[in-house]
Amino acid sequence: MSRLSDHHVIVANDIIARCPRPKSALIPVLHLAQEQDGYVSTDAMEHIAELIGITPAEVYGTASFYEMFKFEPVGKYCINVCTNISCQLLGAWELLEHAEERLGIKSGSTTTDGMFTIEDVECIAACTEAPALQVNYRYRYRVTNEDFDALVDDLRNGALDDEIPPHGTLARVRQTTPDNWADTGRRAQEAVDAR
Amino acid sequence: MSESTDDTQASDADEDVSADDVDAAVDEEVTEEPEPEDDSIKLIIDGVERRVDPGGLVIDACNEHGSYVPHFCYHPRMSPVGMCRQCLVEVEGPRGTMTVVSCMTPTADGQVVNTATPAVKRAQEGVLELLLANHPLDCPVCDKGGECPLQDQAFSHGPGESRYVEQKRHYEKPIPISDLVYLDRERCILCDRCTRFADEVAGDKLIHFVSRGNNTQVMTFPDEPFVSYFSGNTVQICPVGALTAKPYRFKARPWDLDQVESTCMGCAVGCRIVVQASRDEVIRYQGVDSDAVNWGWMCDRGRFNFEALNSDQRLSEPMIRTESGLTPTTWNIALDAAAGVLRDALATPESVGVLGGSRGTNEDAYAWAQLADVMGSSYRDAQVGDGLPTGILGYPRATINEAANASTIVLMGPDLKEELGVLYLRLRDAAEKRRSRILEFSATETGLTPYAWKSIRHEPGAQSAAVAAALSDEAIADQLAAGPVVIVAGRGNLAESPDAVIAAVDALFDAVPEATVLPALRRGNVNGALLMGMAPADDEHDALATLQAASEGRLDVLILVGSDPLSDCPDADLARRAIAGVARVISVDTHPTASTQRADVVLPASSFAEKSGTTTNLEGRVTDVNQKVTATGTSRPDWMIALDLGVRLGERSFPSDHPLRGAATVDDVTEIVASTVEGFAGASHTEVKNTVDGVVVPAHVPRATSAGFSPPPRNNYDYRLVISRKLFDDATGTQMSRSLANLAPGGGLYLNPLDVAQLGVEVGDDVTVTSAQSTVVINVAGDERVPRGIAWSPFNQAGASVGDIVDAGAGVTDVRIERAG
Repeated sequence: MSRLSDHHVIVANDIIARCPRPKSALIPVLHLAQEQDGYVSTDAMEHIAELIGITPAEVYGTASFYEMFKFEPVGKYCINVCTNISCQLLGAWELLEHAEERLGIKSGSTTTDGMFTIEDVECIAACTEAPALQVNYRYRYRVTNEDFDALVDDLRNGALDDEIPPHGTLARVRQTTPDNWADTGRRAQEAVDAR
Repeated sequence: MSESTDDTQASDADEDVSADDVDAAVDEEVTEEPEPEDDSIKLIIDGVERRVDPGGLVIDACNEHGSYVPHFCYHPRMSPVGMCRQCLVEVEGPRGTMTVVSCMTPTADGQVVNTATPAVKRAQEGVLELLLANHPLDCPVCDKGGECPLQDQAFSHGPGESRYVEQKRHYEKPIPISDLVYLDRERCILCDRCTRFADEVAGDKLIHFVSRGNNTQVMTFPDEPFVSYFSGNTVQICPVGALTAKPYRFKARPWDLDQVESTCMGCAVGCRIVVQASRDEVIRYQGVDSDAVNWGWMCDRGRFNFEALNSDQRLSEPMIRTESGLTPTTWNIALDAAAGVLRDALATPESVGVLGGSRGTNEDAYAWAQLADVMGSSYRDAQVGDGLPTGILGYPRATINEAANASTIVLMGPDLKEELGVLYLRLRDAAEKRRSRILEFSATETGLTPYAWKSIRHEPGAQSAAVAAALSDEAIADQLAAGPVVIVAGRGNLAESPDAVIAAVDALFDAVPEATVLPALRRGNVNGALLMGMAPADDEHDALATLQAASEGRLDVLILVGSDPLSDCPDADLARRAIAGVARVISVDTHPTASTQRADVVLPASSFAEKSGTTTNLEGRVTDVNQKVTATGTSRPDWMIALDLGVRLGERSFPSDHPLRGAATVDDVTEIVASTVEGFAGASHTEVKNTVDGVVVPAHVPRATSAGFSPPPRNNYDYRLVISRKLFDDATGTQMSRSLANLAPGGGLYLNPLDVAQLGVEVGDDVTVTSAQSTVVINVAGDERVPRGIAWSPFNQAGASVGDIVDAGAGVTDVRIERAG
């Protein structure tokens, strides 16, 4: 969709300056892009390549390894239903089917109002609380069909806005770089070169 | 077939190596050899004691000594990655016998390596079964079938049967990843060769592994194709049929190909190649690994311009001008016509000029130079005012390997990535592997700038001042004093005097007298042609002087031997006046060019791959060029045409005792060259054929002299012009190659974005560019690599004849740029 905003460019350059090699800043800067648009757009990857000084293909090669970076727009809420063995035994497929019916979409797609994306995923490490799902990576345990309906209603009417921010939002309070850190990357590189 | 082109060809593996055989081998080797004096180390490979140089890899040691280890990802010219796991062997170590990846295991003294034990065989078969789990068995319709390392090694080292019954992976197939290369992801075995090549060798990291994990695939960034001047190499090194080249796809099967080793004459690097043909038509070139020159690589122009040989526009019969224009005729009539024209002209001294020779072999150039001698023609040149004076060959000469191992490489000339692609790869490698530091002097940023230790921008013509300033810099002076210095000198700017380069090279020599020079003249065999006698005796008779004489009516005949001044002379106006002013033009060429259209007699010449001989590259290396296909139509090699003409000139014919009189074959001419041309004594036919990497000959040419050069002062309104070549341009060989024709970027004037803004024009607008010579209208573009105050334009591109504004007599070209209309 778009390149990084002016504000995000400042943050990105700040992150890059902290790394001895600019390339090391790639993942955090990709998160910035996802936070901005809810997904990592082609334009954003090109912009990041410029900022870091690598090719867009390298950015894409790294970014595409990570399931949690999305390259197409996804809903405001990304619902990941675990379908691995424990959840499956305790009704994950039935839950997924109910979710698909309730939202009127197939797993892997997004509702037309842009609110929800459903995905079936591999183990999310909540086997003791199966069946489990995540909403924007916030867990919901022992989910029944009724729980799911209530979750959707709450998300739609904003009851959970405080707990679950829109997809892509990483942290409510971003760490800022102390002023005297701004040069860390360059100084570290100089130390390496001097050796 | 094509074994020599691919390092991965499986040898006929002996499937039945039993323990008994191994023991027997050990028994045979018990005779104690004395310890050698060198620092080599001892390895026991398959029970036989072998000595290898230290610092190598187990896989190389095994392959060198006849124990073939199958492999896919390993390539001797790239760093090992251990991706494919096919090269598993057993190494005995202190912790017992281990199965290791031989491409990642360094050799060690006393190492015991087994490549054919049952455990190794089982491991290799297992890996192959896994590699084939998702690989389609579409060999009958795959371009690689018949020369495919995976196919070959599945036979030689595979289990024969697969236990996989599941559905294989399917992708859309094939998808173009550039204008020249198609990708078939189903066939890819993820060996990382193409991506490593793009990263390590070419420096164009435009293809990458994406979606790593279960669906790893090689891919470009969306909508950003794999645009690399070296993309064809990825097709050659792909060990499966995943990457295929558009010009070759479905044209032939490898077992139908017939091949001969030769030397690419696309530029002066002289890459070793094989020319492959099917049904008497050249269908593919592949790079051959010559350690001294190209390391197996080629640029895409060199690799794919074979299409021009097969062009239906090739000149196939002689033509003479009649009232109805150029009319096909017979050789006898055409030669008599040409000879008649020449005989009339020769009554007046110095009335015949000969330009060209650098597109042909040494033998071609020699014969034409001899003809020019018997005609008494001093007006001759193998260049067209677009190179440097011949004296550049007179400096102490460096080889490519010497340059790539020098402490400092000084770049004083063209953008090597655009003009001498594989030399760019070699020097980039030298800088990246930290063997050398590049000190670059250039007017604009070049392909090697990102790899330069220091890149110094100078105004066009101001090289000498830049050198003087650099020499007073302590860090640069220390670096130049530190070790071998090689100066790569060529013509970086066609809109400036070549004296600017010579003066700067001389200034460098004054500071570093033990430096050597690698001349970066670009055209195929320009170095050979100059040494064969196609060099002008002085600058009163060089190409520009010849064209000047022609334009003033002082020449009666201009002979163009594969030379096209109308396209290649930087001073377009001079070339036009010359062709218009000379009474007769005799053109010897392979394709119709702007200049052949104006000729009175056109003699069709055999092209590359249609004739044999030798060529001389920019380091003075003489290598052989070999015929693979029948010459087009009735075309003849240039040397033969010179001889044919030289016996028809009456009393100015070759005298009866002239050595060429006895030449029946091109090999005879090679021998005559070796025995008569100074410095070529070592380059006899047998020496060139039998010496690995050819014979380097010295150049017996007086060193260029420079009276110094400083550019005239300029005013603040003008831009100083840089004109240089791109790899793909309007050149005949490129434009007549269907796959390459569209890759030329087209004309344009590139300015620093700040200058574009200052002029008040938008990128894409037409501007008028006015020099003292003329005015052209041209499209403007922004480019941050161009410094402020400089205007850069690519030479010989469609849509803009920037040659019109160049005055070859002026030292530099200043232009006024204004919004058009």
